[in-house]
Order: sequence, then C-alpha cells, then structure tokens
Amino acid sequence: MTDTRKTIIGINGITKRFGSDVIAVDNVSIDIKEGEFFALLGPSGCGKTTLLRMIAGFEMPSEGQLLVDGQDMEGVSPNKRPVNMVFQSYAVFPHMSVADNVAYGLKMEGVASKEIAGRVEEALGLVQLPGYGARMPDQLSGGQRQRVALARALVKRPKVVLLDEPLSALDAKLREAMQLELRNLQASVGITFVMVTHDQDEALSMADRVAVMQSGCVRQLAAPRDLYEYPTSRFVADFIGKMNLFQAQVKSCGGGEVSVSVEGIGDLRLPHEGEASGEIGIAVRPEKTTVSPDKPTDTECVALEGTVLQVAYHGDENHVHLKTDGGLTLSVTLPNHERTLVAPAKPGDRRWISWRQKDTLVLAD
Amino acid sequence: MAKKSLFGLEPAGPLDYLRKWPLLTIMALTFIFLYVPLLTLMAFSFNDSRRNIVWNGFSLKYYAKLFQNDDLMIAFGNSLTIAFVSTIISLILGAMVAILLWRFRFSFKPVYEGAMALPIVIPEICMGVAMLAFFARIGWPNDLPWPLSLANITIAHISFTFPFVAVIVRARLAGFNMEEEEAARDLGAGDWEVYRDVIIPHMKPGLVAGALLAFTLSLDDFVITFFTSGPETVTFPVKVYSMVRFSVTPEVNAASTVLIVITVFLTATAMWLQNKGAKKK
Amino acid sequence: MESWRKFKQVFWAVGIPPTFWLVLFFLVPLALIWLFSFGEKQGVVGIDITWTLDNYIRVFNPDILKIFWKSLGVAGLATIICLFVGLPVALGIVYAPNKYKGLLLLLIMLPFWTNLLIRTYALIAVLRQRGFLNFTLEWFDQKMRFLFDLVGLGGLGAAVLGEQFQALELLYNDKAVILGLVYVHLPFMILPLYAALERLDRSYLEASLDLGAGHLRTIWNVVVPLALPGIVSGIIITFIPALGSFLTPDLLGGPDSAMIANIIERQFKSANDWPFGSALSFLLMYITFGALALRAIMARNSKDGI
Repeated sequence: MTDTRKTIIGINGITKRFGSDVIAVDNVSIDIKEGEFFALLGPSGCGKTTLLRMIAGFEMPSEGQLLVDGQDMEGVSPNKRPVNMVFQSYAVFPHMSVADNVAYGLKMEGVASKEIAGRVEEALGLVQLPGYGARMPDQLSGGQRQRVALARALVKRPKVVLLDEPLSALDAKLREAMQLELRNLQASVGITFVMVTHDQDEALSMADRVAVMQSGCVRQLAAPRDLYEYPTSRFVADFIGKMNLFQAQVKSCGGGEVSVSVEGIGDLRLPHEGEASGEIGIAVRPEKTTVSPDKPTDTECVALEGTVLQVAYHGDENHVHLKTDGGLTLSVTLPNHERTLVAPAKPGDRRWISWRQKDTLVLAD
Repeated sequence: MAKKSLFGLEPAGPLDYLRKWPLLTIMALTFIFLYVPLLTLMAFSFNDSRRNIVWNGFSLKYYAKLFQNDDLMIAFGNSLTIAFVSTIISLILGAMVAILLWRFRFSFKPVYEGAMALPIVIPEICMGVAMLAFFARIGWPNDLPWPLSLANITIAHISFTFPFVAVIVRARLAGFNMEEEEAARDLGAGDWEVYRDVIIPHMKPGLVAGALLAFTLSLDDFVITFFTSGPETVTFPVKVYSMVRFSVTPEVNAASTVLIVITVFLTATAMWLQNKGAKKK
Repeated sequence: MESWRKFKQVFWAVGIPPTFWLVLFFLVPLALIWLFSFGEKQGVVGIDITWTLDNYIRVFNPDILKIFWKSLGVAGLATIICLFVGLPVALGIVYAPNKYKGLLLLLIMLPFWTNLLIRTYALIAVLRQRGFLNFTLEWFDQKMRFLFDLVGLGGLGAAVLGEQFQALELLYNDKAVILGLVYVHLPFMILPLYAALERLDRSYLEASLDLGAGHLRTIWNVVVPLALPGIVSGIIITFIPALGSFLTPDLLGGPDSAMIANIIERQFKSANDWPFGSALSFLLMYITFGALALRAIMARNSKDGI
C-alpha cells in the first residue's frame, strides 16, 4: 500500500512547547500527499490547531522540521509561504468589499491590476458567489462570508489550503450542504486541503485521510472507513462513533488470533494481527448488535442475556440500554425500518443481546 | 534538531512583536523616557549633597528637613484634610448618581449624563477660573478660621471628583444580577431594604475604588486648587509649585517622592480592588 | 432599567443631592464666567454684563491669535508624536505573552498616576542646564578628552569636541514644552489604542500575513483602518488635555511659549481682565466640545459600519 503521490507537506518529528511545561504537539510526523483532502481530528486541546498554525507559519515548531513542497519552512514568515488559510472566524476584512478582500493577496504578490479583476471574478464563481464583488462583508450571511474567505485563499493558487474548523460557525443544515460542496470544490481544483475539526462526522465524510490526535500525539492515521471499522486504540474507538467497550485479559496471542477472557462474557477467540498482552480493550459498535427475546442460534455470535434499563427514541433509531446478567452495560442501536408506534422493548424486559464474533474489535492500545 | 533561540526561549511567532527588535527598541526607549526622570528624582532625594547631580552617599537628611519645614507640613496637612472631607462627600454624591443612572429611566437622561460628564472633560483651567469667579462673586469670606478656610477648595474638589466616583461605581453596578434583588423582594424586602441588604453590599468594591480615586485626585490636584487657594490656604502641590519655580532642591525631591509613593500606593490599591470586584462577578 | 415613577422615593432621594451640587457648584460657576465673557470691566473689580462681543473679537488680535495657533500646533505635534510612539507600544503590549501584559500596562499607567507637577519637575531636573542629562554628557565629554590626551591627540579632541563642554539648552523653549506634553500625555494615547487593538481579532492580522502582506503593510492596510475609532479616540483624549495645559508650558516653556491656559491664567491673576479671560475659557471649552462631538460621530459611524 505504498502511496506513490508526491508529499506536499512533510511534518518530521515536530514538537511545540508553550512555556516550559505545556507540550501542545509532541513529536508528530505526518506526510500529507499532493491533492488529498486531509483532516486533523481530535478533541479541543489535542494540538491539531497548533499543528495547522505551524504549517501556516503563525507558530514556530520548538523542534522538528516542516517541509512544504520539499522546501524547509524554518525562518520562512507566513507571508512567504505557499499555503493559505481559511480562519475559523473567517477573518474577512470588514472594511473592504468582497472583491477587495479576494484581491488583497494578489495585490500583495504584485499581480497586475488587469489580471486581478479576472482572477477575483473567477474565484468568486468557484465559490458560488459570482457578482458579489461590490458587497461589504456585513451584508453577507455567515455561509457567504466563509465562501469569501475560501475564495480569498484559493485565488492565490496556493500549494495547500488550510481550513481551521471551517464549518463550526454554521448551522446544522448549512453545514451538511457545505460539507458536500467543499469536498466537490477540492476535487475540482485539485489543491491539497488540510482541515482541522473536532467533528468526527465532518472528518469522516469529507477527508481522504484522517489523523486522530490526542494530547499532542497522532493516535491513528487512516482512511475514514479504516478508522471507523478498525480503530487501533480505545481512544480512537471511543472518540469516533459510539462504542460498547469492555476490559479483557489476554490469555494467548499469535497466528493472527488472540484469545481473551472478558469478565461477564467469558472466553473469546478473536482475529488480531500483531502483539497483545495483559489488559486490552474489546469493543463492539451499538449498530452492529441486536436484541431478541430468545437466544440466537447462530454459533458465530456472542450472545448475552440481560435486562433492559431504558429505551431512548431518536426518531430514526431506538437506543436500547441493557444490563447483562454478567454485570456489563451495553447499548444497542436499532434502526426504525418500519413505521410503528410500538417500542422494541421496555425497561425491565428480559432480552438477549448478540453480535457476530467477527464484528468484535480488539483494541490493543 | 532543537531550534532554541535567544535566552532559551521558544522560537518567536510572527505576532510576537515584543520579540522583534524594532518594536523592542521603541518599547525600551519609551520606558526609559517615562521612568528615568522619575527614578533619578527619587534616587537623588536620598543624596547627601546640596549640588544635586553628584552622588555623595545615602542620606535621609532631606526627609528630616522636610518634616522640619513648617510651611510644607502645614500645606501637607491642608491637602490631607481637603482630600479626606472631599472624598467622603464625593463618595456619597457619586454613589447616588451611579444608582440614579444605573437604575432609572427618565426624560432628558442623555442631557443629564452629559452634564455629569462635564467636570471630567472640560479643561482644568476653565473649571479653575470658574471656581475663582464664583467664590469671588458670591463674596465667600477670606478670613474664616481653619479648617473652614479650606471649605472653598474642598467644594471645588468635590465638584470635579464626584463624577469620577459615579463612573466607577456605575461600572460596578452594571455587573449586578437583578435576580438577587428579585430574590430579596421575594423574601420580603421593601424598596429601602433592597438597597441596604443587597445593592449597597454589591457596590462595596466600587465604593472603595471610587473613594481611593477621589482621594488621589484631590491630593494631586494643582490647577483648580491654584485658583481657589488663598495665601493662607496653601496645599501641598501649590507649595511644591512655588518651590519648583525657584529651584531644584533635594527637599523638593524628597517631598515629591513622598507624594509619588502615596498616590501610587492608593491608586494601585484602587485598581486591585476594582479587579478583584470584577473577577468575583 | 426602570421608569423613575416606579420607585419615586428612591429616585428623588438619590437624584436631588448630586443634582443640586452639580448645579450650584459647577454649572452656576460656569454660567457665571459665560456671562462674564459678554461683560465689560468696570473699575477694579466690577463687571457689567453688556452683552458685548468685544471679548470674543479681541481673540482675533494677532498676538492672541498667534498664541491660539501656536497652542493648537504644539498640542497637535505632541499628539502626533504620542501616536507614532504609542501605536507600536500598544501593539507590542497586546501581543505580549499574557503573563507580562498586566505588568506592561501597569508600567505605562504608573507614571500617569504620579502627580503632574512632580512629573514636570522631574523633567526639569533632568533637562536643566545643570541637570542630570547635561551632567552625564559632560562626564562623557571629559572622558573623551582624556582619551584624546592619552593618545597624544589633545588638539584633535579640542577640534572635535570644541574648546570646552557646552551645556545643552534643553529647557525653557517650545521643544521642551512639546517634550513635556508627550511625557505627560503618552499614557492617554497608549491606553485607548491598547483597548482598540485588544478588541481586534488577531485572525485579521494573521489573515493579512497569510495572504502575503508584510508587517508594515498589515499595520497600514488592516490594523489602522480597523482600529480607527480607537486611534481617533486616542488622538482626541490626548489632544484635549494637551491643548488646555497650564503647568507644562508654565514650567518648561520660555517667555514666548505661553499657551491658551497661560493667557487665561494671566487674565484672572495678574492682568485682572476677567471678561476676556472668561471668553478665552469658553473658546477653549468649545474646541473641547467640538473634538468630543467628532469622537462621538466617529464612534457612531464605526458602529453602523461594522
């Protein structure tokens, strides 16, 4: 699975300290490939924004090397870097018209004014704002202002566009539409996008690859599907999507299999490549489990009996929370396939919870 | 691969302006400009030499002289008396204005607020001559016994300090949670009890800060006092002014140092109390 | 905020005393000199209110007019110097590490709390002919001469440094007044600038840098237009007290460094021409109100604009 595309941003062992005791980014190495849509995902304070700001040149790495298109960025000020940023607050200059905002970067480059007008109009067309050039930012909606910020970055034809939480200030409906639009725009212009987000849904639906960060470190770097279906650590499993997590004790490991003992479930043999020992995590996603009144017959299943604690109705889904007789608390997501006014279970009901053994995740980390 | 920069600091970002030498230079020169005169003045008040530009060794003799200088001590006593009385009255008046403007809606309120701001904004000299003309015109007696002889200066001081108190106390009141008052009323407090039990306790940090500010303003004032004081009612700044006009002497340095220390201490306390009040909110 | 009718007792109780004080001991004195400004001198102390405009017309006397222009010029120049020094200082403090910000602001404000008279006196002590600055210069001068003599080039030393040390005349001229005004009013400029820049989202500066502008272009294209209300505020807050300064020109200026306030003082204290002094006071106040109105208009426009 070697990636033959050119590395456009090389992050080599970068560490960023604030003061003497705060480590915002801890020895991170990532290669971002030309033309990809890359997402840095993590909870607030994980260092993702600091990393993005180091690429832009607003923070200087304490240690490590940053290459953009093969060039070392040490000592290169932000105004000399071939990257442009879309700020979280958009930072559209309120005292300049839309056209002046978009033209600003070109003027600073010294592009001829004849050429500027054409490129500004082209960039505004690209972000679906043709003819908005004369407007002032305070006449625009939040979504439109974001498009201006995007046009302002794209018009410079940078090697990389950096997006800091680009959709966080938009309302839910608009956010979804913008997710699709940003994705399409990136695909059509072919410029590398690096996006910072705390919203897993955003990262999964938009990015080609996602780096999940925690406390300054990259915990997992993978394509969205890999990340969701094969998380390698408890942190990633829990952070992305919902998860039923259990503690397990490794009994033996090897030959592509791990044998574990889980309190409340018993012994399980699960497929697993690589090392595992001592305490590990075993997990299953709620939507991969189901409930039934009787014990399932399928022997490839893990089945546990328990009592329903609560059923939460979400419209499209029911979330059933149960406590097994072995003392485990689980939640099961049941999609509403059919129109019905009857709940699938009620508190106090006895039910069997089951899932296919191969859907069980082994979280060695 | 570590990129430690100067003094082992983390490398500077583009907006760390203080780490850029042109700005650092301007900043350093500004602070030198602001502080060197004051610090040399204070340092040389401890100099054991008449010719006050050569350091001759540490001495407190000019402070001793200061305390033996009867004129200066009387002036200092006058200043403290005036500051004390005017602080109390402007505190009461200022708090009233603050409540009035914070609490109530009434006709011509912007005009009223504008008039209250006038003593803060008009040039001191205009207020000084207005006070001079006023006291002369109403025939204010010049021969009252001390401390009544200080009354006209005190009145003038109150007129320009209480609007400052009002501004500070009003800022404090702006942070008052109206639900506290509603809770008090809900529990049976009447119109006056609400003030006694809830609002005035909330105002307290603002009142202390306002009082310290009023005291400092009064103690420091020269221009307005200059026009209202007579030969028998000299205040500390007016006395220092007449000394400065003649020459630069170690006594004046010592007197100045005393006043600097007092005002800086009072204002710092006021600021600290105000911050503390703001944080609590 | 409630209608005063709801709590009439409280309203009158807190309203009457300060209003009474303000009217009697502030507005009446002001009204008095306003009346005087339309009056004529009668004898030694008498003033007849004749509604004459002579006192205002006398301002157009070339001597007085010259002082007016000079005051505006001196105060204006001091304000501009404050702006050019204050803007970088304010910018530096805004982007200083958080733990130093408070300290730096405190250091800016500390001299501001010190008595005006004492600060002016401190400048005198530094700048006068036998002051610390000249003394320091003389010390360097002597050391230089000593060095020249040491290498046997005493003649050259005398040629470069002059026959003997000449103390610089730093006091009692217009330059000293301007320096004094800058010294006294710099914090007035820095604090509103700091407040304006502090409110400015740093992303605007970063966006400008990101789009290829250097620091100076960022300051000119982004910081100055966006902080304009604060800059105007700073200019006016500095200019008003500088224009009305009495002590600084009185103590640091030469015989012809007088500003408006000094002329006003002369009318009341020595020339005994109260009507004319009153007219000058009101002109000074009208200029002040004009500047404040300008600031209010700018503030309103910027609120509408953004």
